[in-house]
Amino acid sequence: MSILVDKSTRVIVQGLTGREGTFHAKACAEYGTQIVGGVTPGKGGTTHESWPVFNTVQEAVDKTAADTSIIFVPPPYAADAIMEAADAEVELIVCITEGIPTLDMVRAWEFLQNRRARLIGPNCPGIISPGKCKIGIMPARIHKQGPIGIVSRSGTLTYEAVYQLTTRGIGQSTAIGIGGDPIIGTNFVDALELFNRDPQTEAVIMIGEIGGNAEETAAEYVKAHMRKPVVGFIAGQTAPPGRRMGHAGAIISGGKGTAAEKIKAMETAGIRVAKSPAAIGDTVAAAIGMAARA
Amino acid sequence: MKIHEYQAKGILKKYGVAVPRGEMAESREQAEAAARNLFGAGASGVVVKAQIHAGGRGKGGGVKIAKSAEEASEIASKMLGMTLVTHQTGPEGRIVRRLLIEETLPIEKELYLGIVIDRAEARPVFMASAAGGMEIEQVAAENPAAILKEYIDPGMGLEAFQARKLAFALGLKQQQINQAVQFMTGLYRAFEETDSSLMEINPFITCTDGRLFALDAKMNFDDNAMFRHPELRELRDITEEDPLEVEASKYALNYIKLDGNVGCMVNGAGLAMATMDIIKYAGGMPANFLDVGGGANAEQVTHAFEILLSDKNVRAVLINIFGGILRVDTLATGVVEAAKKTQIQLPIVLRLEGTNVEAGREILKQSGFNFIVAETMKDAADKVVAAARTSA
Repeated sequence: MSILVDKSTRVIVQGLTGREGTFHAKACAEYGTQIVGGVTPGKGGTTHESWPVFNTVQEAVDKTAADTSIIFVPPPYAADAIMEAADAEVELIVCITEGIPTLDMVRAWEFLQNRRARLIGPNCPGIISPGKCKIGIMPARIHKQGPIGIVSRSGTLTYEAVYQLTTRGIGQSTAIGIGGDPIIGTNFVDALELFNRDPQTEAVIMIGEIGGNAEETAAEYVKAHMRKPVVGFIAGQTAPPGRRMGHAGAIISGGKGTAAEKIKAMETAGIRVAKSPAAIGDTVAAAIGMAARA
Repeated sequence: MKIHEYQAKGILKKYGVAVPRGEMAESREQAEAAARNLFGAGASGVVVKAQIHAGGRGKGGGVKIAKSAEEASEIASKMLGMTLVTHQTGPEGRIVRRLLIEETLPIEKELYLGIVIDRAEARPVFMASAAGGMEIEQVAAENPAAILKEYIDPGMGLEAFQARKLAFALGLKQQQINQAVQFMTGLYRAFEETDSSLMEINPFITCTDGRLFALDAKMNFDDNAMFRHPELRELRDITEEDPLEVEASKYALNYIKLDGNVGCMVNGAGLAMATMDIIKYAGGMPANFLDVGGGANAEQVTHAFEILLSDKNVRAVLINIFGGILRVDTLATGVVEAAKKTQIQLPIVLRLEGTNVEAGREILKQSGFNFIVAETMKDAADKVVAAARTSA
């Protein structure tokens, strides 16, 4: 098992004919993901890299029986692309696009309520279940199938964590990048619930960063419900307040959202927090060793 | 993106939000003329307000009242060019280049209004508090119940009944309610139509004659939405920003200057923050945050390098790249080009991993430069901190 995606997942690519869309669709297909078509308004009826291209997501879903969409549409049109996918009753929407206006995401988020689609992102690397399916932009070869679930607000820091695990011989069940924006679809708690239920997953890493209080909320969930060991890391322990650290969501404002507060909340909930980013792999190794003895 | 108070007030006025009469001045002469106009129009006094992108101006001496145009002129001549230090500027302060000359008003009460995006609710929240003039964070920490909140349905906007609820809860008088509703709904329309990320009216005042005004106004815009607001982009005042950060933004690089001496270049915001953290754990201090982004090309890497090195405090550089989309050979090419161009003397520690890493390492080896190669993040941090010590 793994969460959300596996070998049966059928994926369309919104923005397939663009440079990024084409490059990553090919990389996902090489990994074994079933890419079944693409959507580029105005290019319907053509084929691109042997995939059929449709004008609308509805048409693509009707013709290909896709259940998942990955979005590479430029920021001004990306929120609209999310809503179009949700309207076509896609089950999972993975939005890679970085730089979507926040108020556009407010509208898209509202649109997603009472619809079946789950959104991952935006501004995220996507999701991978090693050995089964990759829907995203992460470098595939650093991954290895195994027992660790990963949920993270950061892209390259997730790669770092995965790399530390794989070089220690520890594999991953599923790695999800939930994105660095203030408004995102799937959050830490959603991902932790899924990992909690997944039989393949034995322990979970959650990688947070400064800004907002999503990590604190996740810590409350862990304390109340999590049956598996959780290892944490928070980026931005040295970040100055009031400055947006790259991600739109990574900002300490009004004295809130500091790394110290988050680490405290996580440790109180029994999460083993790696203080240094270099210690994530070893902290996981120790945590699963403990779990085996318990 | 931040703007000045006078610019925010100019926008709010268009939305029917009452602001005091006033004019912006960049010279003593303009300030005196503005004051003369206000006194001529019946003002009983004027206030001279320094325009910088930071709060706490009053305590720092950046807000002064004048009883005559001559006095306003006198104050303006002292304030223009002064370095204003507030709790938000840092110890180096900001040079005052613009002033707002505004009529004084018969203040009765100071209240607070603000709009931000609530992340957990994924919608804007309109906040009001009777504790105006204070830092709202302090109110939130000491007495959270004193902050009234109305969540806004993105499809609908702030409804009149929501504004009415807030107005009554603030203790406004019966005859002020309609005025307050117009004020608040105007504020929200301004927030939405300008793609603001934050709006604060602190204080929002009631006057002894019953009128309501935005005595101060702060607006921040969502950088991601500025592509659709060319008129708002014009309001940017780059003299308020760090010159290196302005330079970086030209090349779509995310750079923030800090106080340390270890320059760092990283791909991805999370990894960049984590790299700063590990430098500190190794006993050093990062000189900057620099995220070259996921899809950086060799040219961007070269520019990033130049910007990094133009910070004179930098004693050693750490490049930490986990190549996913950004290929390691691309990065290495950029680094070598930059090293040639800038004739770099400082020690450079590289920690490279990911796509095309072997090709990248080969490019570095063939370059003839003496790069220090590190295996892991910890190894890299230890090496760069040691290098910064010896080169200092």
